[in-house]
Formats: sequence, C-alpha cells, structure tokens
Amino acid sequence: MQHTLIALVENRPGVLNRVASLFRRRNYNIESLTVGRTENPAISRMTIVIEGEPIETARIEANLVKLVNIIDVQDVTGQPAIARDLALIKVKAKPNQRAEITALAEIFRARVVDVAPESLIIEITGTEDKIESLNELLRPFGIVEMVRAGQVAMLRGGASGIRHTPGLEAKVL
Amino acid sequence: MKKTGAEVLWESLIQEGVDVMFGIPGGAVIPAFDAMLNYPKLRFILTRHEQGAAMMADGYARASGKVGVAIATSGPGATNLVTGIQVAYMDSSPVVFITGQVASNLLGTDAFQEIDMTGISLPITKHNFMITSPDEVARTVAEAFYIARSGRPGPVLIDFCKDAQVAKTENVDLPQISLLGYNPPLHAPQPKLERAAELIRAAKKPVIFAGHGVELSGATLEVQKFAERNNIPVAMTLLSLGSIPSSHPLSLGMMGMHGEAYCNLAIQNSDLIIALGMRFDDRVTGNLKTYAPGASKIHVDIDPTEINKIVMADVSLVGDIKTVLADIDPMVPNARHDDWLGQIAEWRKETDNRDIVAQPNNGKLHVPQIISEIWKATKGEALVATDVGQHQMWAAQYYQPERPRSFITSGGAGSMGFGLPAAIGAKVAMPDREVWAIVGDGGFQMTQMDLITAVHQKVEIKIALMNNHFLGMVRQWQEFFFEKRYSSVQLRNPDFGKIAEAHGAGYRRIDKAGEIQAAIEFARKTPGPVLLDFQVEQEEAVYPMVPTGADLHQMIRRPTQAKKA
Ligand SMILES: Cc1ncc(C[n+]2csc(CCOP(=O)(O)OP(=O)(O)O)c2C)c(N)n1
Repeated sequence: MQHTLIALVENRPGVLNRVASLFRRRNYNIESLTVGRTENPAISRMTIVIEGEPIETARIEANLVKLVNIIDVQDVTGQPAIARDLALIKVKAKPNQRAEITALAEIFRARVVDVAPESLIIEITGTEDKIESLNELLRPFGIVEMVRAGQVAMLRGGASGIRHTPGLEAKVL
Repeated sequence: MKKTGAEVLWESLIQEGVDVMFGIPGGAVIPAFDAMLNYPKLRFILTRHEQGAAMMADGYARASGKVGVAIATSGPGATNLVTGIQVAYMDSSPVVFITGQVASNLLGTDAFQEIDMTGISLPITKHNFMITSPDEVARTVAEAFYIARSGRPGPVLIDFCKDAQVAKTENVDLPQISLLGYNPPLHAPQPKLERAAELIRAAKKPVIFAGHGVELSGATLEVQKFAERNNIPVAMTLLSLGSIPSSHPLSLGMMGMHGEAYCNLAIQNSDLIIALGMRFDDRVTGNLKTYAPGASKIHVDIDPTEINKIVMADVSLVGDIKTVLADIDPMVPNARHDDWLGQIAEWRKETDNRDIVAQPNNGKLHVPQIISEIWKATKGEALVATDVGQHQMWAAQYYQPERPRSFITSGGAGSMGFGLPAAIGAKVAMPDREVWAIVGDGGFQMTQMDLITAVHQKVEIKIALMNNHFLGMVRQWQEFFFEKRYSSVQLRNPDFGKIAEAHGAGYRRIDKAGEIQAAIEFARKTPGPVLLDFQVEQEEAVYPMVPTGADLHQMIRRPTQAKKA
C-alpha cells in the first residue's frame, strides 16, 4: 500500500543526504520524494511517498523523526489531504493531430505550454490517477518524453500536523 | 574579545566538563593543537593509532558516564577512527569525535588529505557537523555534546575546517542550543502505562530484561528495587552485566547465544517479558519464530525506532527507563512469584553440574578458571574490559560484576582490538578503580601498539592475555559447524614476554593451573601495566551455545561425562 509522509526539516546543509542515506541503509523504497521551501525560511518540507505495510511505514516514520534535523513527520495516508503532482508530457503531434490532443488535454484541465512543428508539450497538475489517465490516452500518439515533479501533499482544514514535538510551534515562531 | 576558532573549541570543551582527550595531531589540526598548549587544564593522551584513541574515548565514556573525546587529523587520521566510531554507535556510547578538515575554500577539490568525513560517518554517528567558520564553533560544540549525552546516547562527529580554526570570531559565549527536531521523550503516555501495569499484575512467570539502556539512563537502582518488590528475576544483556549485582538472588546472568542455560530457559517459559532499554539483537533471541512464545512483551526504550523492529511489543513505552519505572511503580502491588522462582532454581542446579570451574582440576589452563580466579581476587569489584571472541564470552559468564559500568565490551559491533584501548580509557576515567583487560591473542595484536601509551601515561592496567594460539571463536565455529576444517585460524604469535619487556611493562607467563593465583597477585602488586600471558587449552569451546537461527532453548551444552565430584 502507498503511504504519503510529510516531513518538516531544518533548512541546513546535508539534510536531504541524511534522509536519502537512511532510506538506502534501511532498505526502504521511495516512490517519490520532493523537497521545497515553506512559509518559514528556516524550515523545508518534504513529501515522501513510499510503498509498504503500515508497520513498515511506522518504522520509517520513527527513523525519520530520529534524524536530528527532522522536526516532524506525519503520515497523511487515509487522512483528508490534498495530494498533487505536476507532469510535463512531450507528445508527438502532426499539425492535423493538434486539435484532437488539445481537446483531450482540456478534459483533464491540462494546458498546452509549447507547440513545435511535430510535437506539443502538455502541462498537467493533479492526482497521480489523473496524470496516469492522461498519459495513457496520449500514449498512442507517441510520447517523446515525460517528467513528473513528484507528489506534494497538505492536510485539509486548519490542521498543520505537528505531533511528535509538542511545544514546537512556539519555538518556530 | 575576539578569539580564534581553535581557542573557542578548547574553551567550549572545558565548559562541557572535558578533562582528557585522546588522539593524534596532523596537518589539518595543527592550529588547534597549537592553541591547546594554552589550556593546560586539558590533558591530551597521545596514542599510537587513531583507532586506539577512539576506543579509549569510548572506554572512558562507558566507565564514567561522561562524554569521551577523540581527535584526529583529516584524511587517514579521520578514517582510522571509523571502526571506533562504529563501536561507539552500535553500543550507544557518548563520544564526541573531532576531525580536522582542509580549508573551506578547498572543500570538494580533492585537496591533500581531504576526505568526505561527514559523508563517511553519516550512517555510524548519531549526528555530525561540519564547521566552516569560527562563528559556528561554540554552538556546534554545545549541540554536539548535548546530542551525544542526551536521549539514547551516541557518537557525534565534528569535522573542523582548518581555516575556521585560525580565523577569529566574536561568538565565544555559551550559546543557546536550538535543535528544533530533537526532543528525547521522558514519559510514556498514561493509558499505555496502565496497560503495562495490568500485564505485570496478571503475570505468573515474568522476567525483566535489563539492557544497556538501564545503565545509560542511570536506572540501575530503580530496576533492582522494582525487581525486588515484585520478585521478578532479571536477565541481562552482554552490555548490562552488573546493572544489578551478579550475586543478587534475582539475577539470571546473561541471556542469549552464550547465556546461562537457566536464563534462556526462563525466557522461553516466561509469560511476560519486561524489556528495558534493549533491542532484541539476533545474538539474544535465537529463532524469532519460537522466541518466548508464551510471553507478552512490554518494551521500554527511549528510541522509538527500536519498538517493533525485531520483536512485536504488546505494550510499547517510549521514554526514559527511570521515569517510566517511577510512573509505573505505584500501579503495581508487591508480588511473590514463588513457584516461578523455584522452577528457575531447579534449572540453575542443572547448570551448576556442568560448570567447568566446578570440575576436577586436571592441571591444564582453562580460561573460565582464570577469569573466575581474577573475579575472586578482585571480589567482583574490578572494572573489566574485554576484547572480542571466546574469552569475551567466558568473561561475561565468569567475571560477575557487582557494580554497573564495570563490564566494558564491544557488543553490537563485536570489534576485535577493543579490549586494550577500552581498558586504558576506563582507567584514565576511573583512576581509583582496579582495571583489567581480558583479551585474546588475536585481538590483542590488533591494537597492541597502544601498550606503550599505557606505559608512557602510567595507566595502571592489568592485562590477562588468553593465549590459545588460535582465533578461538572462529575456530569453535569451524569445529561445530564446518566439520573441524580449520581455515586460517591458527596463530603463530610473537614472544609476548619480549613485547612486554620492550614496552617496559611487567610480564609473567603461566603454563599450569597451579600458577594462576600467584600470577594474579604478581600483577596486582607490580606497579604499572602488567601482561599476564596465560598459555591456555587451545581447543576449548564456549558452552552453552545456541547456534545461529536455532531456538533459544536448543543450546549445545557442555558434555557432562565428568560430573561434579
Ligand atoms: C576486527 C575484527 N576482525 C575479525 C573479527 C572476527 N572474529 C570474531 S572472534 C575472532 C577470533 C578472536 O580470536 P582471539 O582474539 O584470539 O580470541 P579468542 O576467541 O581466542 O578468545 C575473530 C577473528 C572480529 N570480530 N573483529
């Protein structure tokens, strides 16, 4: 089963290396990992998608929290959360196929962001499922290349999800 | 007033209570060593190998409970520390390692003696730092010591760029530590404590497991009192021997592969295991499928990654053992468990019959007898550091310490070469205690170069060398599991008498059982380091033994043909 973890990490050198090293050493498999800035310049945020049984995920969570530079980890799987990925898909398109492909993209609220004589680049944002579906539909035209940014996730509602370190908020602010 | 990074380093160490450090200088730490001359409060013990320095710092930490410090230069100096860092990491020993690094503008250029030490040490340290500016020194040292000694202790490495040692800074005062992501837990949540108390109240055949965490959290007395009040026997791991006195009626001695048979039988037949600060190493459990099948498990550990890692806990209590026990204590009434203790006493009698020390003296030298004699002569009050191998297991069985922090050994890493430097570090930490190193002829030769460090620094350790002319433990495995096909285990040894003499250490060679006691007396009376060279039986085996993967109760026992007279 897929699990999505959100990790808040200190914005210090080498933190990504520590996380990657942990996954390698403990033999955990990463499906996707993204890192980015947050509203607080001292803190970055990772969204980590892993495949595994709940007990394994709990172990991974504990091991992540144990890293000194990791402030908090939360498993948002099964919680009301927004999860999004972004993909750029370069698809083969003769001039007479452009309209068809553009129409497909529109159904998915994807956008054509580049037009070349023999190809188009389509940008799509959405859930894993949605991106997969568009990808499938474009495949018959011939996909030249595809890149995905990796998943980011956020809990719905007011919760910010800081559990392992009570009192943290006060220190961060 | 502005100070150099090197000056701030030494002043910060003094602030942290450091009085002694071990190591070897070199190009990338020369500025730091120069500044060190201005701080005579800091004793520096120059070793002959950085591995020795690392293991001395570790022995120092284990004996005293304080943070040990080892220092090396960049490149080869730093990599020579690696085995020692790993030993400290596996056994949760608080040691701060300081390595020199090339100047920050040269980082990443493959400069002379540059090595990616934060990268190399990443998986074997609790945390590590690189200092590229003198402004970072005070804060980094404070954080390193705090991380090393708090929570589940462990080694922390500081990689210190040469230019940052020389440059000056205004940041010289004790800094505010700000580690957003580091808050070791103390208390376990109340509902879980109540569940645990329920299990304890209901248990008929409970066993307490005292792990190294009991010593590390300073909870040895609390555990003993808890066990006494509830009449629960205490099984110990290799690293926690002495956490309750070995002579205590509730002590079951060591568990696991070479543990006491009655201890392992008690575990297998128990209905409740209360595991305190231990991690169910494979050397402790044997076959997991048949491990303590009838027992509920309460697992107390400050490190949540240990919970449900190997053995699934029925109740997990993440917190400090001392605090957790104090929280649980009022919820559990006194109990007796007479039948259970009676059953264990029966198993114990059977074990005594097989005890080699109780068997007729045939004049030959058996390691168990020697260790038993050292134990008697020192009344179990000495501090013993061992190397790794057969003698280590015999030491665990026959040197029965009466006090915590008295049995120092490389458990998790199982690193040969640990015994001599660990004993040196322990004696430096505890100069008033009698310190013995019990080593094999193989392991002793791995760090023997630091014998001169003991002599030079007048570190009064006594070394009992169990000279069987074999890599004994490997030989035993080849005997038991490889049809006695001995492959690269025979040792042609140097003349240890000449080695001792060349180093200025005392020496005696012992060939017969009748000479053991006099030799021990000789070592204890002779000032300075003394090497006792025991020419022991060459092909003796450690019993009992649970073969890898076998059930914990399926021990190979010592043959009983020669029963107690
Ligand atoms: C650094 C290191 N290398 C190799 C081993 C593998 N090993 C474990 S026990 C052992 C034999 C130890 O022989 P010795 O020091 O003579 O002690 P004995 O077992 O004879 O008491 C060896 C080679 C090890 N544990 N550590």
